[in-house]
Amino acid sequence: MKMEIKGPRGEPGLLLRAGLALLLAALAAGVALVLVAEHEHPGLGAIVDAELARSGADNPVTAVLLNFRAYDTLLEIAVLTVALVGVWALGPAPRIRESTPSPVLLGMNSILIPLAPLICAYLLWAGASRPGGAFQAGAVLAAAGVLFILSGRRPRTRLPDAPPRLGAVIGLAAFLAVALGVMSSGRRFLEYPVELAGALILFVETAATLSIAVILAGLFIGGRPEDEP
Amino acid sequence: MSGGFLFAFAGLGLLVIGAWALVLRAHLIRKVLAINVMGSGVFLILVGSGSMDGGAVDPVPQAMVITGIVVAISATALALALVLRIANATGKPALPEDQDRDLMDEEGR
Repeated sequence: MKMEIKGPRGEPGLLLRAGLALLLAALAAGVALVLVAEHEHPGLGAIVDAELARSGADNPVTAVLLNFRAYDTLLEIAVLTVALVGVWALGPAPRIRESTPSPVLLGMNSILIPLAPLICAYLLWAGASRPGGAFQAGAVLAAAGVLFILSGRRPRTRLPDAPPRLGAVIGLAAFLAVALGVMSSGRRFLEYPVELAGALILFVETAATLSIAVILAGLFIGGRPEDEP
Repeated sequence: MSGGFLFAFAGLGLLVIGAWALVLRAHLIRKVLAINVMGSGVFLILVGSGSMDGGAVDPVPQAMVITGIVVAISATALALALVLRIANATGKPALPEDQDRDLMDEEGR
C-alpha cells in the first residue's frame, strides 16, 4: 500500500490509518491516565446526599435529573423535540404495507399493550424513591406504541383528535412553564421552592413521559404522519 | 481496583473502536453505528468512573448517562432518517467524498 492519505477511489490510505491510530492511542492513553490518577477523587455523591432532603425526591438519580441538574434534562427534552421536528421536516412517513400480522405478534400485543400504561404509571411514580422515572416510563409507553405500529392494525374507534405535535411538545412546554413560573416569586430559573419541589417534579415528569413516548414512537415511524401539515 | 475500572476501560476500548470505524468506513449506516458504539463507550466511562472508589455509586454521572442515552437514541433516529434521504437522493448511502468507494469491499466485513 502506498503512503498516501486517500486511495484511488477514496479509500483511506496507510498514512490516514497511521495518523488516526496515533491520535486514538494518544486519546486512550490520556483518558486512561486521568482515570487512574483521579480515582481517589470523592465525586459528587456526598453533596447530593447532603441536599437530598431539600430536592423533593428520595431517589438521588431523580433528584439530580429533575432538580440539581434540571437544566440538562430540560435541554434533553428540547433535543428530543428538535430531533422529531427534524425527522418530520425530512418528509412524510413511509407507508406501512397492509399485511396480515403474525398471530404470535397479535397475541403478544393483546397482553403487552394493555399492561404498558400500567407499567409506565408505576415507573413514573416509583421514580420519586427508587430507580425509575420519566425516561424509563416514556420508553415503555413508546415500546407499546411501536408494537402497535408493527402489528399493522389501526384503532377501530377514533382516537381523540389531539394531533401528535401537541403530544410531542407538551413535555418541553410544561418544563419551561415550571422553570419560568418559579421566577415570578423572585427565584432563579429552575429553582423550585422547597415545599413544592415534589409536586413540581411529578408534574414535569408526567408531561415529559407523555412527550417522550410520543416522540420515540414518532421517531420510529421515521417521518411526518400523514395528518400533520 | 474495583469493577468501576473494568467498566471504564472497556468503555475506553469501545470509544477507540468506534472512532476508528467512524473515520475509516464509508457506509453511512456503519458510521451511525460507530457513533453509537462511541457513545456507549462514553457512557461506560462515565458510569465506571462514578463507582471506582468502591463506595457508594455517584448519582451525578448516572443521571448524565440517562440523559445521554435518550439524546443518543433521538440523534440516531434523526441520523438514520438523513441516511435514508441521502440514499434516495444520490442512490448510495455514502458522503459525497466517498461516492466512488465500494461500500461492500474487504473492509466492509
